[in-house]
Amino acid sequence: MKEIKLRIKSVQSTRQITKAMELVASSKVRRARERIERTEPYFNILYDTMSQIAYGKRDFTSPFVEPREEVQKVCYVIIAGDRGLAGGYNSNIMKLVENHMKEHGHAVCAVPVGKKAAEFCQRKEIEVLTGEYNLVENVTIGNCFEAAHMLKDAFRAGAFDELYVIYTNFVSMMTQHATAMQVLPVPYEKEAAKDDLKSLVLYEPSPEAVFNAVVPEYISGIFYGALCQSYASEQAARRTAMDAASKNADDMIEDLSLKYNRARQGAITQEITEIVAGAEN
Amino acid sequence: MSVFHLKIVTADGEFFDGEAERILVRTIDGDVCILAHHTPYLTALGMGECRVTGSNGETRRAACIGGMLSVMNNEVNLVATTFEWAEDIDVSRAERARQRAEELMRQHLDARDQEMAQARLKRALTRIKVGK
Repeated sequence: MKEIKLRIKSVQSTRQITKAMELVASSKVRRARERIERTEPYFNILYDTMSQIAYGKRDFTSPFVEPREEVQKVCYVIIAGDRGLAGGYNSNIMKLVENHMKEHGHAVCAVPVGKKAAEFCQRKEIEVLTGEYNLVENVTIGNCFEAAHMLKDAFRAGAFDELYVIYTNFVSMMTQHATAMQVLPVPYEKEAAKDDLKSLVLYEPSPEAVFNAVVPEYISGIFYGALCQSYASEQAARRTAMDAASKNADDMIEDLSLKYNRARQGAITQEITEIVAGAEN
Repeated sequence: MSVFHLKIVTADGEFFDGEAERILVRTIDGDVCILAHHTPYLTALGMGECRVTGSNGETRRAACIGGMLSVMNNEVNLVATTFEWAEDIDVSRAERARQRAEELMRQHLDARDQEMAQARLKRALTRIKVGK
């Protein structure tokens, strides 16, 4: 009986923790969603414009658009969380990276963002370009610019031939998808660009100059966007996981209290029987 | 005067979304002013002052640093790295940033750091100029 009582107490305190974590995560999710909404027009415009130029580029070439003939090395920017206890959030990202690596089978290097991503790279012995962004919560837009410039230069210098961002897309509070997005060379879709405009656009001072000035902006925009999405996803995943844990704890407490009450009742009944038996003698 | 649709966005949010008569910005190649029915156009932005004249004829000033400007179908999109309306600029903070940058420049740095300090100084100067 004492054991059950102790058990109930420990489950109760665990429940308190999970409940608190859930509340913290849901308030963080709200803020993260606001951030996504604020930054959304920026990415949409940036992405549309970029596809337009990339598609309309007829009379110039840029190292950032042409796919390289032989892909030897691929760089991943892996965005994961700093902490666990977020359901499948971190493991989904890692699984995606592993599958992606297997499918393409090139040599890889990575920029891990978040402690879990850094640990993953260490475990898998992946070459790490920079360990500066190990704490995902502290990464600012300024860091994104820095990283974008560094990766752009590295790409130009031929350190790698393709650049992907691995992040978690925030679909809704209940669903988040781990996604791999190609950043360099800049992919372009036919539908995104408006055909009739491509030949008429005036570039100043020159298409190359504009393009090369815009590329870092574009890359860092994508990073920041991916970061916002991932952060919101992490908090949402944690909220869901902690919600489930709290519910589980509730079930357990109920189950245990039932058992406890039964045991108590049993003990009382036994005592009464003993007393009655003693009186009859 | 005829107007066009202007959108100014940065990663921090939307700063302007509405009708405007004209916009003047500093590109990497110098100042340009866009009026309604401009031909499709794309350029990268430098650092400098930006003036937006709204459909009511009122002109607002801002410090605009980096990014790009595109004109498509009488719609102008300005995607900036940083964008601050003149009234939102904290001049004393910019002043401090300027002093810090100047101090950095006085030390003997390697070329890259020197370049960064220079960029920082330029940003601070732009802010101060617009903010005053």
